[in-house]
Amino acid sequence: MDVIELSWWQLALAASMVFVLAGCTAVMRLGMSRSLLIAALRTVVQLALIGLVLEALFAAERLVWVALMALAMLLIAGREVMARQKRSLKGGWAFGIGTLAMFLSSFTVTILTLTVIIGPDPWYRPQYAIPLLGMMLGNTMTGVALALDRLTDTAWQQRTVIENRLMLGQPWQEAIGGIRREAMRSGLMPMINAMAAAGVVSLPGMMTGQILAGTSPALAVKYQILVMFTITLGTGFGTLAAVAAGSRRLFDSRERLRLDRLSAPRE
Amino acid sequence: MTAINVLRLERLVVGNLDEVNLDVAPGDIVCLSGASGSGKSRLLRAVADLESHGGEVWLAGRAQSTMPAHRWRRRVMLVPAESQWWSDRVGEHFPGGIEDDDLDALGFEREVMSWQVGRLSSGEKQRLALLRGISRRPSALLLDEPTANLDEAATRRVEAWLQAKIRGSGWPVLWVAHDKEQIARVAYRHLHIDGSRLLAQAVATWM
Repeated sequence: MDVIELSWWQLALAASMVFVLAGCTAVMRLGMSRSLLIAALRTVVQLALIGLVLEALFAAERLVWVALMALAMLLIAGREVMARQKRSLKGGWAFGIGTLAMFLSSFTVTILTLTVIIGPDPWYRPQYAIPLLGMMLGNTMTGVALALDRLTDTAWQQRTVIENRLMLGQPWQEAIGGIRREAMRSGLMPMINAMAAAGVVSLPGMMTGQILAGTSPALAVKYQILVMFTITLGTGFGTLAAVAAGSRRLFDSRERLRLDRLSAPRE
Repeated sequence: MTAINVLRLERLVVGNLDEVNLDVAPGDIVCLSGASGSGKSRLLRAVADLESHGGEVWLAGRAQSTMPAHRWRRRVMLVPAESQWWSDRVGEHFPGGIEDDDLDALGFEREVMSWQVGRLSSGEKQRLALLRGISRRPSALLLDEPTANLDEAATRRVEAWLQAKIRGSGWPVLWVAHDKEQIARVAYRHLHIDGSRLLAQAVATWM
Protein backbone atom coordinates (compact mmCIF):
# COMPACT_ATOMS: atom_id res chain seq x y z
CA MET A 1 0.00 0.00 0.00
CA ASP A 2 1.33 3.44 -0.93
CA VAL A 3 0.65 6.78 0.70
CA ILE A 4 -1.97 8.85 -1.09
CA GLU A 5 -0.22 11.68 -2.88
CA LEU A 6 -0.75 15.13 -1.35
CA SER A 7 -0.53 18.07 -3.75
CA TRP A 8 0.09 21.76 -3.00
CA TRP A 9 -3.50 22.84 -3.76
CA GLN A 10 -4.75 20.43 -1.12
CA LEU A 11 -2.39 22.07 1.39
CA ALA A 12 -3.65 25.48 0.23
CA LEU A 13 -7.15 24.33 1.19
CA ALA A 14 -5.94 23.58 4.73
CA ALA A 15 -4.09 26.90 4.78
CA SER A 16 -7.22 28.80 3.83
CA MET A 17 -8.96 27.31 6.86
CA VAL A 18 -6.13 28.66 9.06
CA PHE A 19 -6.86 32.05 7.48
CA VAL A 20 -10.51 31.66 8.42
CA LEU A 21 -9.48 30.96 12.02
CA ALA A 22 -7.17 34.00 11.99
CA GLY A 23 -10.01 36.09 10.58
CA CYS A 24 -12.36 34.95 13.35
CA THR A 25 -9.85 35.82 16.11
CA ALA A 26 -9.28 39.20 14.46
CA VAL A 27 -13.02 39.94 14.36
CA MET A 28 -13.36 38.98 18.03
CA ARG A 29 -10.30 41.12 18.87
CA LEU A 30 -8.48 38.31 20.64
CA GLY A 31 -5.12 39.59 19.38
CA MET A 32 -3.96 36.16 18.27
CA SER A 33 -4.33 36.37 14.49
CA ARG A 34 -0.93 37.94 13.84
CA SER A 35 1.14 35.43 15.82
CA LEU A 36 -1.01 32.59 14.47
CA LEU A 37 -0.31 33.57 10.87
CA ILE A 38 3.40 34.12 11.52
CA ALA A 39 3.68 30.70 13.13
CA ALA A 40 1.81 29.09 10.24
CA LEU A 41 4.11 30.79 7.75
CA ARG A 42 7.17 29.63 9.72
CA THR A 43 5.89 26.06 9.59
CA VAL A 44 5.60 26.19 5.81
CA VAL A 45 9.01 27.80 5.23
CA GLN A 46 10.93 25.72 7.81
CA LEU A 47 9.41 22.40 6.76
CA ALA A 48 9.83 23.15 3.03
CA LEU A 49 13.50 23.96 3.63
CA ILE A 50 14.11 20.87 5.78
CA GLY A 51 12.35 18.84 3.08
CA LEU A 52 14.89 20.08 0.53
CA VAL A 53 17.78 19.39 2.91
CA LEU A 54 16.53 15.87 3.66
CA GLU A 55 16.00 15.09 -0.04
CA ALA A 56 19.61 16.11 -0.73
CA LEU A 57 20.87 14.26 2.36
CA PHE A 58 19.04 11.04 1.44
CA ALA A 59 20.31 11.20 -2.12
CA ALA A 60 23.94 11.74 -1.10
CA GLU A 61 23.99 9.23 1.79
CA ARG A 62 27.40 10.43 2.99
CA LEU A 63 28.57 10.24 6.63
CA VAL A 64 30.04 13.78 6.53
CA TRP A 65 26.69 15.32 5.61
CA VAL A 66 24.81 13.31 8.20
CA ALA A 67 27.35 14.36 10.82
CA LEU A 68 27.12 18.02 9.82
CA MET A 69 23.33 17.88 9.98
CA ALA A 70 23.53 16.27 13.42
CA LEU A 71 25.92 18.97 14.62
CA ALA A 72 23.62 21.74 13.39
CA MET A 73 20.65 20.12 15.17
CA LEU A 74 22.70 19.82 18.37
CA LEU A 75 23.79 23.47 18.37
CA ILE A 76 20.26 24.73 17.75
CA ALA A 77 18.99 22.53 20.58
CA GLY A 78 21.74 23.89 22.85
CA ARG A 79 20.67 27.45 22.10
CA GLU A 80 17.04 26.53 22.85
CA VAL A 81 18.03 25.05 26.25
CA MET A 82 19.79 28.30 27.16
CA ALA A 83 16.91 30.49 25.95
CA ARG A 84 14.29 28.60 27.96
CA GLN A 85 15.80 29.31 31.37
CA LYS A 86 14.69 32.01 33.76
CA ARG A 87 18.06 32.28 35.53
CA SER A 88 20.73 30.59 33.46
CA LEU A 89 24.37 30.05 34.33
CA LYS A 90 26.50 32.89 33.04
CA GLY A 91 29.58 32.81 30.83
CA GLY A 92 28.43 30.21 28.31
CA TRP A 93 28.00 27.53 30.99
CA ALA A 94 24.28 27.10 30.35
CA PHE A 95 24.91 26.51 26.64
CA GLY A 96 27.99 24.38 27.34
CA ILE A 97 26.42 22.14 29.97
CA GLY A 98 23.17 21.75 28.02
CA THR A 99 24.89 20.99 24.72
CA LEU A 100 27.42 18.60 26.22
CA ALA A 101 24.73 16.73 28.15
CA MET A 102 22.59 16.36 25.01
CA PHE A 103 25.60 15.36 22.93
CA LEU A 104 26.70 12.65 25.37
CA SER A 105 23.27 11.13 25.83
CA SER A 106 21.46 11.64 22.49
CA PHE A 107 24.38 10.78 20.25
CA THR A 108 25.47 7.74 22.26
CA VAL A 109 21.96 6.30 22.47
CA THR A 110 21.21 7.04 18.78
CA ILE A 111 24.44 5.43 17.56
CA LEU A 112 23.92 2.42 19.84
CA THR A 113 20.35 2.02 18.61
CA LEU A 114 21.44 2.26 14.98
CA THR A 115 24.40 -0.09 15.18
CA VAL A 116 23.24 -2.66 17.71
CA ILE A 117 19.44 -2.73 17.50
CA ILE A 118 18.06 -1.55 14.13
CA GLY A 119 21.18 -2.18 12.03
CA PRO A 120 20.52 -0.39 8.72
CA ASP A 121 23.21 -0.56 6.04
CA PRO A 122 25.24 1.62 6.21
CA TRP A 123 24.64 2.27 9.92
CA TYR A 124 24.37 6.06 9.37
CA ARG A 125 21.67 5.68 6.68
CA PRO A 126 19.98 9.12 6.88
CA GLN A 127 16.39 7.75 6.62
CA TYR A 128 16.97 6.13 10.02
CA ALA A 129 19.68 8.26 11.61
CA ILE A 130 18.20 11.75 11.16
CA PRO A 131 14.59 11.14 12.32
CA LEU A 132 15.83 9.05 15.24
CA LEU A 133 18.32 11.71 16.33
CA GLY A 134 15.68 14.39 15.80
CA MET A 135 13.18 12.73 18.12
CA MET A 136 15.94 12.05 20.63
CA LEU A 137 17.28 15.62 20.64
CA GLY A 138 13.84 17.20 20.73
CA ASN A 139 12.85 15.31 23.86
CA THR A 140 16.26 15.46 25.54
CA MET A 141 16.25 19.19 24.96
CA THR A 142 12.94 19.56 26.76
CA GLY A 143 14.15 17.41 29.66
CA VAL A 144 17.48 19.20 30.03
CA ALA A 145 15.89 22.66 29.74
CA LEU A 146 13.18 21.89 32.32
CA ALA A 147 15.68 20.33 34.73
CA LEU A 148 18.25 23.13 34.53
CA ASP A 149 15.53 25.76 34.84
CA ARG A 150 14.11 24.08 37.94
CA LEU A 151 17.59 23.60 39.42
CA THR A 152 18.76 27.19 39.11
CA ASP A 153 15.43 28.81 39.97
CA THR A 154 14.84 26.64 43.06
CA ALA A 155 18.42 27.11 44.22
CA TRP A 156 17.90 30.85 44.00
CA GLN A 157 14.62 30.73 45.88
CA GLN A 158 15.98 28.44 48.58
CA ARG A 159 19.37 30.08 48.90
CA THR A 160 19.03 30.72 52.65
CA VAL A 161 18.11 27.07 53.25
CA ILE A 162 21.08 25.83 51.23
CA GLU A 163 23.43 28.17 53.09
CA ASN A 164 22.06 27.15 56.47
CA ARG A 165 22.67 23.51 55.56
CA LEU A 166 26.22 24.40 54.54
CA MET A 167 26.70 26.13 57.90
CA LEU A 168 25.76 22.89 59.62
CA GLY A 169 28.65 21.21 57.85
CA GLN A 170 26.76 19.40 55.11
CA PRO A 171 28.73 18.73 51.90
CA TRP A 172 27.34 20.68 48.94
CA GLN A 173 25.82 17.54 47.40
CA GLU A 174 23.72 17.03 50.53
CA ALA A 175 22.84 20.72 50.90
CA ILE A 176 21.33 20.79 47.38
CA GLY A 177 20.21 17.13 47.34
CA GLY A 178 16.47 17.82 47.53
CA ILE A 179 16.65 20.42 44.79
CA ARG A 180 18.60 18.05 42.54
CA ARG A 181 15.88 15.44 43.00
CA GLU A 182 13.21 18.02 42.12
CA ALA A 183 15.15 19.03 38.99
CA MET A 184 15.55 15.39 37.88
CA ARG A 185 11.85 14.82 38.43
CA SER A 186 10.77 17.79 36.32
CA GLY A 187 13.18 16.76 33.55
CA LEU A 188 11.90 13.19 33.37
CA MET A 189 8.21 13.80 34.07
CA PRO A 190 7.15 14.62 30.47
CA MET A 191 8.66 11.34 29.22
CA ILE A 192 7.17 9.28 32.04
CA ASN A 193 3.78 10.85 31.33
CA ALA A 194 4.14 10.17 27.61
CA MET A 195 4.95 6.49 28.23
CA ALA A 196 2.09 6.13 30.68
CA ALA A 197 -0.40 7.75 28.26
CA ALA A 198 0.88 6.05 25.09
CA GLY A 199 -1.85 4.18 23.26
CA VAL A 200 -4.48 5.00 25.90
CA VAL A 201 -4.74 8.75 25.92
CA SER A 202 -2.64 9.55 22.86
CA LEU A 203 -1.48 7.78 19.73
CA PRO A 204 2.22 8.62 19.46
CA GLY A 205 3.13 10.66 16.39
CA MET A 206 5.75 8.37 14.93
CA MET A 207 3.50 5.33 15.09
CA THR A 208 0.64 7.26 13.54
CA GLY A 209 2.95 8.39 10.75
CA GLN A 210 4.15 4.89 10.03
CA ILE A 211 0.61 3.54 9.96
CA LEU A 212 -0.41 6.32 7.54
CA ALA A 213 2.60 5.37 5.41
CA GLY A 214 1.31 1.81 5.17
CA THR A 215 3.32 -0.03 7.84
CA SER A 216 1.39 -2.73 9.66
CA PRO A 217 0.28 -1.57 13.13
CA ALA A 218 2.16 -4.47 14.77
CA LEU A 219 5.50 -3.30 13.32
CA ALA A 220 4.68 0.36 13.94
CA VAL A 221 4.02 -0.47 17.59
CA LYS A 222 7.39 -2.19 17.90
CA TYR A 223 9.15 0.83 16.46
CA GLN A 224 7.21 3.11 18.76
CA ILE A 225 8.20 1.09 21.83
CA LEU A 226 11.83 1.15 20.74
CA VAL A 227 11.72 4.90 20.18
CA MET A 228 9.99 5.53 23.52
CA PHE A 229 12.67 3.57 25.34
CA THR A 230 15.56 5.20 23.54
CA ILE A 231 14.08 8.67 24.09
CA THR A 232 13.68 7.87 27.78
CA LEU A 233 17.30 6.73 27.92
CA GLY A 234 18.50 9.85 26.12
CA THR A 235 16.40 12.19 28.24
CA GLY A 236 17.31 10.40 31.46
CA PHE A 237 21.07 10.36 30.97
CA GLY A 238 21.04 13.85 29.46
CA THR A 239 19.10 15.27 32.40
CA LEU A 240 21.34 13.38 34.83
CA ALA A 241 24.49 14.84 33.29
CA ALA A 242 23.05 18.36 33.09
CA VAL A 243 21.84 18.32 36.71
CA ALA A 244 25.15 16.93 37.97
CA ALA A 245 27.24 19.50 36.10
CA GLY A 246 24.82 22.37 36.70
CA SER A 247 24.59 21.82 40.46
CA ARG A 248 28.37 21.49 40.72
CA ARG A 249 28.71 24.83 38.98
CA LEU A 250 26.49 26.47 41.65
CA PHE A 251 29.25 25.87 44.22
CA ASP A 252 32.92 26.81 44.19
CA SER A 253 35.92 24.83 45.39
CA ARG A 254 35.21 25.91 49.01
CA GLU A 255 31.62 24.63 48.70
CA ARG A 256 30.12 28.12 48.81
CA LEU A 257 26.81 28.76 47.08
CA ARG A 258 27.67 31.00 44.12
CA LEU A 259 24.43 32.55 42.91
CA ASP A 260 26.48 35.33 41.31
CA ARG A 261 27.10 32.76 38.58
CA LEU A 262 23.44 33.03 37.54
CA SER A 263 22.16 35.70 35.19
CA ALA A 264 19.40 38.12 36.17
CA PRO A 265 15.91 36.66 35.71
CA ARG A 266 14.18 37.08 32.37
CA GLU A 267 10.44 37.38 32.11
CA MET B 1 52.26 23.83 66.15
CA THR B 2 49.87 23.66 69.07
CA ALA B 3 46.81 21.52 69.53
CA ILE B 4 45.20 23.96 71.97
CA ASN B 5 41.75 24.81 70.68
CA VAL B 6 42.45 28.43 69.74
CA LEU B 7 40.51 30.17 66.97
CA ARG B 8 42.95 32.49 65.22
CA LEU B 9 42.02 35.07 62.59
CA GLU B 10 45.16 36.04 60.74
CA ARG B 11 45.13 39.08 58.42
CA LEU B 12 41.52 38.28 57.59
CA VAL B 13 40.12 40.65 54.96
CA VAL B 14 36.41 40.72 54.16
CA GLY B 15 34.10 43.49 52.95
CA ASN B 16 35.12 46.98 54.02
CA LEU B 17 36.95 45.87 57.14
CA ASP B 18 40.70 46.35 57.54
CA GLU B 19 42.82 43.29 58.24
CA VAL B 20 41.51 41.48 61.30
CA ASN B 21 43.98 39.77 63.60
CA LEU B 22 42.36 38.06 66.52
CA ASP B 23 42.99 35.13 68.86
CA VAL B 24 40.08 33.56 70.70
CA ALA B 25 41.18 31.19 73.47
CA PRO B 26 39.24 28.03 74.40
CA GLY B 27 36.17 28.88 76.46
CA ASP B 28 36.40 32.60 75.73
CA ILE B 29 33.50 34.64 74.39
CA VAL B 30 34.45 37.58 72.18
CA CYS B 31 31.49 39.84 71.48
CA LEU B 32 31.22 41.80 68.24
CA SER B 33 29.02 44.83 67.93
CA GLY B 34 28.46 47.50 65.31
CA ALA B 35 25.76 49.25 63.34
CA SER B 36 23.69 47.10 61.00
CA GLY B 37 25.46 46.78 57.68
CA SER B 38 28.86 47.26 59.32
CA GLY B 39 29.97 43.77 58.36
CA LYS B 40 29.56 41.72 61.56
CA SER B 41 27.67 38.92 59.84
CA ARG B 42 30.03 38.93 56.87
CA LEU B 43 32.97 38.57 59.22
CA LEU B 44 31.34 35.50 60.81
CA ARG B 45 30.56 34.10 57.35
CA ALA B 46 34.21 34.55 56.34
CA VAL B 47 35.38 32.72 59.46
CA ALA B 48 32.98 29.89 58.51
CA ASP B 49 34.38 30.11 54.94
CA LEU B 50 30.97 30.87 53.45
CA GLU B 51 32.24 34.15 52.05
CA SER B 52 35.39 34.58 49.98
CA HIS B 53 38.02 36.45 51.97
CA GLY B 54 41.71 37.24 52.25
CA GLY B 55 43.97 35.93 55.00
CA GLU B 56 43.67 32.72 56.96
CA VAL B 57 41.74 31.28 59.87
CA TRP B 58 43.19 28.64 62.17
CA LEU B 59 41.57 26.32 64.64
CA ALA B 60 43.76 24.29 66.99
CA GLY B 61 46.70 24.84 64.65
CA ARG B 62 44.92 23.69 61.49
CA ALA B 63 44.38 26.17 58.68
CA GLN B 64 40.93 26.59 57.13
CA SER B 65 42.34 26.26 53.62
CA THR B 66 43.91 22.85 54.32
CA MET B 67 40.58 21.28 55.25
CA PRO B 68 37.57 20.41 53.05
CA ALA B 69 35.10 23.29 53.50
CA HIS B 70 32.26 21.18 54.92
CA ARG B 71 34.54 19.65 57.57
CA TRP B 72 35.74 23.09 58.57
CA ARG B 73 32.13 24.31 58.94
CA ARG B 74 31.23 21.29 61.02
CA ARG B 75 34.00 22.26 63.44
CA VAL B 76 33.51 26.03 63.27
CA MET B 77 29.74 26.15 63.61
CA LEU B 78 27.93 29.30 62.51
CA VAL B 79 24.42 29.71 63.92
CA PRO B 80 22.65 32.45 61.92
CA ALA B 81 20.13 34.92 63.35
CA GLU B 82 17.40 33.54 61.06
CA SER B 83 17.53 29.75 60.98
CA GLN B 84 16.07 27.66 58.16
CA TRP B 85 14.21 24.36 58.53
CA TRP B 86 13.83 22.21 55.43
CA SER B 87 12.28 18.92 56.62
CA ASP B 88 8.73 18.49 57.94
CA ARG B 89 9.60 17.60 61.50
CA VAL B 90 12.07 19.05 63.97
CA GLY B 91 13.68 15.68 64.73
CA GLU B 92 14.76 15.17 61.11
CA HIS B 93 17.17 18.07 61.56
CA PHE B 94 18.88 16.23 64.41
CA PRO B 95 20.35 13.11 62.78
CA GLY B 96 22.68 12.57 65.73
CA GLY B 97 19.95 13.15 68.34
CA ILE B 98 20.26 15.62 71.21
CA GLU B 99 20.94 15.37 74.94
CA ASP B 100 17.81 15.58 77.10
CA ASP B 101 19.68 17.88 79.50
CA ASP B 102 20.16 20.43 76.75
CA LEU B 103 16.48 20.27 75.77
CA ASP B 104 15.52 20.78 79.42
CA ALA B 105 17.91 23.68 79.81
CA LEU B 106 16.25 25.57 76.97
CA GLY B 107 12.75 24.73 78.17
CA PHE B 108 11.74 22.03 75.67
CA GLU B 109 9.93 18.75 76.24
CA ARG B 110 11.23 15.64 74.54
CA GLU B 111 8.19 15.69 72.21
CA VAL B 112 9.60 18.75 70.47
CA MET B 113 11.41 16.37 68.11
CA SER B 114 8.10 15.21 66.64
CA TRP B 115 6.73 18.73 66.18
CA GLN B 116 5.90 20.11 62.74
CA VAL B 117 8.43 22.73 61.69
CA GLY B 118 5.59 24.96 60.47
CA ARG B 119 4.22 25.53 63.97
CA LEU B 120 7.49 26.76 65.52
CA SER B 121 7.55 30.35 66.74
CA SER B 122 10.55 32.51 65.91
CA GLY B 123 11.80 32.19 69.49
CA GLU B 124 11.48 28.39 69.40
CA LYS B 125 13.30 28.31 66.07
CA GLN B 126 16.13 30.34 67.49
CA ARG B 127 16.60 28.12 70.54
CA LEU B 128 16.29 24.95 68.43
CA ALA B 129 18.86 26.33 65.97
CA LEU B 130 21.34 26.63 68.84
CA LEU B 131 20.59 23.05 69.90
CA ARG B 132 20.91 21.89 66.29
CA GLY B 133 24.28 23.60 65.97
CA ILE B 134 25.79 22.05 69.07
CA SER B 135 24.28 18.63 68.25
CA ARG B 136 26.79 18.46 65.35
CA ARG B 137 29.61 18.45 67.95
CA PRO B 138 31.50 21.56 66.82
CA SER B 139 34.87 22.75 68.17
CA ALA B 140 34.12 26.47 67.95
CA LEU B 141 30.96 28.59 67.77
CA LEU B 142 30.04 31.67 65.74
CA LEU B 143 26.78 33.09 67.08
CA ASP B 144 24.91 35.76 65.13
CA GLU B 145 22.57 37.48 67.60
CA PRO B 146 21.58 34.22 69.31
CA THR B 147 18.87 35.86 71.46
CA ALA B 148 17.40 38.34 68.95
CA ASN B 149 13.93 36.76 68.99
CA LEU B 150 13.75 35.94 72.71
CA ASP B 151 12.12 37.71 75.64
CA GLU B 152 14.11 38.75 78.69
CA ALA B 153 13.60 35.54 80.66
CA ALA B 154 14.40 33.26 77.75
CA THR B 155 17.43 35.40 76.90
CA ARG B 156 18.84 34.92 80.39
CA ARG B 157 18.16 31.20 80.24
CA VAL B 158 19.91 30.82 76.86
CA GLU B 159 22.86 32.94 77.98
CA ALA B 160 23.39 30.88 81.11
CA TRP B 161 23.16 27.61 79.18
CA LEU B 162 25.52 28.83 76.45
CA GLN B 163 28.08 30.12 78.96
CA ALA B 164 28.11 26.79 80.82
CA LYS B 165 28.36 24.84 77.56
CA ILE B 166 31.13 27.04 76.20
CA ARG B 167 33.18 26.85 79.39
CA GLY B 168 32.61 23.12 79.75
CA SER B 169 33.51 22.27 76.17
CA GLY B 170 36.30 24.81 75.76
CA TRP B 171 34.89 26.34 72.60
CA PRO B 172 36.32 29.64 71.36
CA VAL B 173 33.28 31.80 70.55
CA LEU B 174 32.57 34.87 68.43
CA TRP B 175 29.21 36.32 69.50
CA VAL B 176 27.50 39.12 67.59
CA ALA B 177 25.35 41.15 70.01
CA HIS B 178 23.51 44.45 70.07
CA ASP B 179 22.50 44.71 73.69
CA LYS B 180 25.13 46.41 75.88
CA GLU B 181 23.88 44.63 78.99
CA GLN B 182 24.15 41.26 77.30
CA ILE B 183 27.71 42.06 76.24
CA ALA B 184 28.52 43.05 79.80
CA ARG B 185 27.09 39.74 81.06
CA VAL B 186 28.74 37.32 78.63
CA ALA B 187 31.79 38.93 76.98
CA TYR B 188 35.33 38.17 77.91
CA ARG B 189 36.35 40.71 75.28
CA HIS B 190 34.27 43.19 73.30
CA LEU B 191 35.15 44.46 69.83
CA HIS B 192 33.19 47.23 68.15
CA ILE B 193 33.16 47.75 64.39
CA ASP B 194 33.58 51.45 63.59
CA GLY B 195 33.80 52.08 59.87
CA SER B 196 36.60 49.84 58.66
CA ARG B 197 38.20 49.33 62.07
CA LEU B 198 37.65 46.83 64.84
CA LEU B 199 38.09 48.62 68.16
CA ALA B 200 38.57 46.93 71.54
CA GLN B 201 36.07 48.12 74.15
CA ALA B 202 36.28 47.95 77.90
CA VAL B 203 34.33 45.08 79.46
CA ALA B 204 32.95 44.64 82.95
CA THR B 205 35.84 44.53 85.36
CA TRP B 206 34.63 41.56 87.39
CA MET B 207 35.55 39.34 84.43
